[in-house]
Amino acid sequence: MAEPLFELRDVTKTFGGLRVADRLSLHVDEGEIVSLIGPNGAGKTTVFNLVTGLYRPDSGEIRFEGRNLVGLAPHKITQLGIARTFQTLRLFLNMTVKENVMAAAYGHTRSTVVEAIFRLPRARREEREIAQLAEKKLAFFGQRLAGYRHQQLAYNLSYANRRRLEIARAMATNPRLLLLDEPAAGMNPAETHELTELIGRLRTDGGYTVLVIEHDMHVVEGISDRVIALDHGLKIAEGSFDQVATNELVIEAYLGLRGAA
Amino acid sequence: MPPGGDIPEVPGRPDERDRPRVGVDDWVASVEDRREDRAGITGLARRIDDYVPAWSRLAAFAAAAATLPLWMDRGDLFAYGIFTLIYVLLGLGLNVVVGYAGLLDLGYVAIFGFGAYFYALLSSEHYGVHWPSALSIPLVIVSAAVLGLVLGIPSRRLLGDYLAIVTLFFGQAFVVFVNAANPTVRGKGLTGGPNGIADIDANDLFGYELTTRRQQYWFILAVVLLVLVGLHFLSESRTGRAWRALREDPLAAEAMSMPVNRLKLMAFAFGAGIAGLTGCIFAAVLTAVTSGNFALPILITIYAAVILGGIGSLTGVVIGAIVINVSFQFLAPENPQNNARILFYGIVVLLLVLGVRPWRRLGAVLGGTIALGFGAHAIAEAISPSWTAGVVVEGGRFAGLISDWVIIPAGHERFANAAYIALVVAILALTRLHGWWRTGLLVPTIYLAAVVWETSFVEQPAVARWILFGALLVFLMTVRPQGLLGTPRVEIV
Repeated sequence: MAEPLFELRDVTKTFGGLRVADRLSLHVDEGEIVSLIGPNGAGKTTVFNLVTGLYRPDSGEIRFEGRNLVGLAPHKITQLGIARTFQTLRLFLNMTVKENVMAAAYGHTRSTVVEAIFRLPRARREEREIAQLAEKKLAFFGQRLAGYRHQQLAYNLSYANRRRLEIARAMATNPRLLLLDEPAAGMNPAETHELTELIGRLRTDGGYTVLVIEHDMHVVEGISDRVIALDHGLKIAEGSFDQVATNELVIEAYLGLRGAA
Repeated sequence: MPPGGDIPEVPGRPDERDRPRVGVDDWVASVEDRREDRAGITGLARRIDDYVPAWSRLAAFAAAAATLPLWMDRGDLFAYGIFTLIYVLLGLGLNVVVGYAGLLDLGYVAIFGFGAYFYALLSSEHYGVHWPSALSIPLVIVSAAVLGLVLGIPSRRLLGDYLAIVTLFFGQAFVVFVNAANPTVRGKGLTGGPNGIADIDANDLFGYELTTRRQQYWFILAVVLLVLVGLHFLSESRTGRAWRALREDPLAAEAMSMPVNRLKLMAFAFGAGIAGLTGCIFAAVLTAVTSGNFALPILITIYAAVILGGIGSLTGVVIGAIVINVSFQFLAPENPQNNARILFYGIVVLLLVLGVRPWRRLGAVLGGTIALGFGAHAIAEAISPSWTAGVVVEGGRFAGLISDWVIIPAGHERFANAAYIALVVAILALTRLHGWWRTGLLVPTIYLAAVVWETSFVEQPAVARWILFGALLVFLMTVRPQGLLGTPRVEIV
C-alpha cells in the first residue's frame, strides 16, 4: 500500500510527567477531510503543534509526502506544504486584510532585499503575483472578505471574519494539507453552516487535504470522511462519524463513566 | 479560474447606505472612531499622508529641501540643514529595526559611532590613510551591517525590555571602549581615546571632494532621497511585510512560512548599514569624531524623532527629525533667548490645537486665556504699579505685548516660586477634571504656565529646552500614542 500523504507514527510527547501524546499514530490520505475530536485537554492542539514544529516529539516520526518532519523549523514545515490556523486567532492585527494574506506568501517567493529596493523585474513580477494570489484566496469567502475589506486593518474584523482570514492566510502559503484548529468556534449557527460548506469547497475547489479540530458535532458530521477521537493523548477511536459517535470509550471520555454517578 | 469562481461584487461601504446591514456591524462600530481620529489638524495630516501619493510627497520634500542652501547662510545650513538630514538618516535606519521589525534596539548609536570611527580610520591623517569614499563608504556599510548582525544575535532569544537592556549594554560598551581601551596599533592609539580622531577627509564623489557646506548638503540630501525611495519599496515588498508580520506576532509569522530569526537579523543588519552610512557622512562633515558624539543623548534624540513622527511611517520619521533638530538648534545656547520664548508659545498653541476639540472649544480657550491675561494685568497694575514693574527678558518684538499681558512683579523670585507651585497644582487638578470643567481650568493653567515661563525659565534656555521637550513628548504621547503620523496600534481587541 502506498504511503499516505501525512502520517504520525508512534509519536510521544511529555511535559514533565504529563503525557500529551502517547504513542499516537494517525494518517490522512490525499484529498481526505479528517476530523480530530476529543474533550478539552485531550491533546488535539498538541498534535497540531507537533506537526507544525512548535513542539518536538520525544519519540516517533511525523511523515509528510514520504519525508520525516521531526526537527525541522516551523517555517520549513510550512514551506513543505502544511499550513495551520490558530484556535486563539493569531492574525497580524495591525496590518490590512490583504497584507495578512500577502505576508504568508513569503515562503514561496524568492526576491531578495536588493531586488526589492531597486524594484528589479523579479521583485515586481512577484509583487503582482502575490497581490493576485491574495485576492484569489480572499475571494474564496465570497462577499465576506471582499471589496473595501481588503484595505481594512485586521483588528477591525468581526470574530467570524477573523477566523475566515486565518484560513485565507493559511491558504496563501500554498499548502497541500490544511490544519484547521476549531474554525467554527465563536460562530453563530448560520455562519457555522456556511463554514461547513466552505470546508467542503476547500477540498473540491481548492484541492486541499484537510485535518480539522472541531467541537461542533454538526460540523464534524457534515464534513468528515473519517473521525479520530483523542483523550489524554491517546487515540481512543477512529472511523466514520457514526462509528465514533457511538463508541463506548468516546461517550465515556465526553460524559464520564456510565453508572459512575 | 480561481477556487470559488469570480471575485464577487464589491459591497458598498455601509455608511453610504441608509442603515447598517447585518454582518457589517464591525465596520459600523469602528466608523465613529475613524471620524474622531480624522478630525482636527492631526487628522488633516493623516489624510494628507494617506491620500497624497508617496511620489508627490517625496517630490515636494526634495524640492523644498534642495532650495535650502540658496537662501540660508552657511552656519545655519550646517546647523539646520545638514544636521536635520543626518537625523533623518539615523531615524530611517532605526525605523527599520524598531518600527518595522518591532525590535527594541538601544545599541543603535554604537553602530553609528562604529561607522564614523571606521571611516575616520580609513580616510584621515590619523594613520595617513586616505581611501576614496567610493571604497571606504561601501566597506563601512558592509562592516556595520555585520556588526549589526552580531548585535542582533541576542534578539533570537530576547524580546522587548530584555533585548533593550542587552543592546543598551552594547552601546555603553562601545563608548567605554573608544574612550578607555584605545589599543595601540602601528604605534598609535587606535581610537585616539578621549581626544578622538581629527582631520578627517571630506566625502568625495569619485575624486571630487565635497568641501563646501552646500556641496555636502546636496550630497546628503541625495543620499536621504535614495534611502527613502529604497525603504519605501522595501517596506512594500515580501521582506517588509514579513518584518511587520513578525512585529505583530512572531509565532504566527513563523507558522506562516517566514524564517523569523533570519528576518530579525536582516532587520538589524539593514538598520546598521544605514547607521554606518550615516557615520561616514557625520565624520566627514564634522572632520573630527569623539566618543561623546555617540553617547546616550543622541540615542534619546533619535528615538524622540522616530517616536514623535510616528514609528513605522517614513514621512513621520522625516517630519519627526525636522521638528526635533530644528527646535534643538533653535534653542542652542548661542542663539538669542527669545528663540526659546517663541518656541514655548508655539508649543503651547500647538498642544492646544492638537489636544482641544472641537474648534469652538479651542477658540474659547485661546480667547479666554488672552482676555484673562490682560484682565489680570490691569487689575494687578491698579492695585499696585510695582506688581507689574518687572522687566521682560529680551523680549524683542514681543516685549511690549508680554509686559502688558503677563504679571511680572519687581523683585519676582518669591512670586515665581509661588506661581510654579500653583502651576503644578493646576496641572494635577486638570488631570482629575473632565468636559467643560477641564476647559475652564485650562485657561488659568495656561496663563500660569506663561507667568512661570516669563519669570523663571526664560533666563535659562539650556534647562528650558529639555523641559520643553519633555513636556512636548509627554503631552503628544498622551494625546497621540502613535506619534504624529503613525498608525494607531491595537494589541488586543
